[in-house]
Amino acid sequence: MSQYIEWSALGQVLLYGIVVGAGLPTVFAIGVRLLAGPGAVGADGTVSRGRVIGAWTCFAVVVIAILGAVAYIAAGGH
Amino acid sequence: MVGVTEPLLLAVVVATALAFDFTNGFHDTGNAMATSIATRALKPKAAVILSASLNMVGAFLSLTVAATIATGIVDAGVVTLPVVLAGLAGGIVWNLVTWLFGLPSSSSHALIGGVVGAVLAAAGTGGVQWDGLTSKVLIPALVAPVVAILVGTIGTWLVARLTKDVPQESNDKLFRWGQIGSASLVSLAHGTNDAQKSMGIILLALIAAGAVPEDSSVPFWVIVSCALAMALGTYTGGWRVIRTLGKGLVELESRQGMAAETSSAAVILLSSHFGYSLSTTHVATGSILGSGVGMKGSSVRWSVAGRMFAAWLITVPSAALVGAMFYWIDISIGGGTLGSFVVFGLLIAISFAIYMWSRRKPISSKNVNDNWDPAQDSEAYIAESVSVHHPEIMKVKRKRLRKAKKRQQKMLEAEAVAAEEAARQRAAEARDTDTTER
Repeated sequence: MSQYIEWSALGQVLLYGIVVGAGLPTVFAIGVRLLAGPGAVGADGTVSRGRVIGAWTCFAVVVIAILGAVAYIAAGGH
Repeated sequence: MVGVTEPLLLAVVVATALAFDFTNGFHDTGNAMATSIATRALKPKAAVILSASLNMVGAFLSLTVAATIATGIVDAGVVTLPVVLAGLAGGIVWNLVTWLFGLPSSSSHALIGGVVGAVLAAAGTGGVQWDGLTSKVLIPALVAPVVAILVGTIGTWLVARLTKDVPQESNDKLFRWGQIGSASLVSLAHGTNDAQKSMGIILLALIAAGAVPEDSSVPFWVIVSCALAMALGTYTGGWRVIRTLGKGLVELESRQGMAAETSSAAVILLSSHFGYSLSTTHVATGSILGSGVGMKGSSVRWSVAGRMFAAWLITVPSAALVGAMFYWIDISIGGGTLGSFVVFGLLIAISFAIYMWSRRKPISSKNVNDNWDPAQDSEAYIAESVSVHHPEIMKVKRKRLRKAKKRQQKMLEAEAVAAEEAARQRAAEARDTDTTER
């Protein structure tokens, strides 16, 4: 069986796939929670500055990851 | 073109390669855009336009085209122009058949299957490298959905936990953006990857026919026409496949869609980075299934998924059979230009027949998001109600199932009546024109 499956490549795909493929949505979800989760909107109807900064940091991480992937595709790694 | 050995044969091969490129875009729109359409993050038309443009950009982005097909799977020495033609024809026919049944299946596997079949017909079993076929095509087809289901499940589960007490409205609004971003990435990767396959085939054909020197890079018109063919295919939208992926497997909401697309993009890009290429279709389907598994209260129609897995398993042998038949037809006519014309004509006739068949129950941007009718898949409906352990719902649903079946029956009857009416009217009109002419 082992000559038919490249276990090391497969393991790496699975490992990094979980880190990136499940991690990025999680980061995005943290951003959403900071921006719109329970307790986000204060008594005056606005979201506190700290939460907004935190949320946009999360969204920025996702955007940078997407841009990085585009750069990776363009560089011919794909 | 000086020194071209068989210009007509070459033209037919190039046209067929472009046709394959078209079906490739057309068949794979769903991988990137099905979830965005199903969750209404994008309107159906807007989604296919976005996907088509990104496929086009992707085709121009990276131009590391290798003039090889099925490397390490078939013996490169036996790949002649008729073999390539028969292989392409096999891939196209399989793509169209799976599209007719709304089954997402890998376009590259269809192409490989077609080529393998043509090689088997041309050179016997010795022409195929079975180890390569197993390790590069058959096993990855089994592995890809497993990896994607895992990643998609974990991502969706984490997202659902983190946002379970966020108002649904905010969730939808924000996650739609994330979804569009990650879906775009899948489209871009598809354009880069798959348009290059057709470019490679055309380059190979040009070299084989002596139209360009052996160390030539891809001519600009090849790049443009491949990018255009794929974008046009994507824009036409394989609505049947989109419908199955977006509505048939799992009832999706934005959070699941976003997690599924990110998982797809990550697994596709990582797998090609580590040199263990997985099919876009298998990964995208697996991710969507995972997003159903990871979401509490969401259920997966495993019977639809099962039909899909079955289609994946028979993709290579079926496309191979078609490819082999095309090759035999080509050779038994005597090969050469005449044979290739017959193959091409046959391909057009089959494509047209499949298209006409699809018109009996058309699916378009208008009805792509309609509810998945239980009558369409009764078995899944019962399985679903059993899996959520809700006998009451099951009873109600059974009643609805009967109703849905009745509704469909009525609809069919109404259609038949309408068709009869139209036929009568046409006959009457024809009579009228007859009398006036007289």
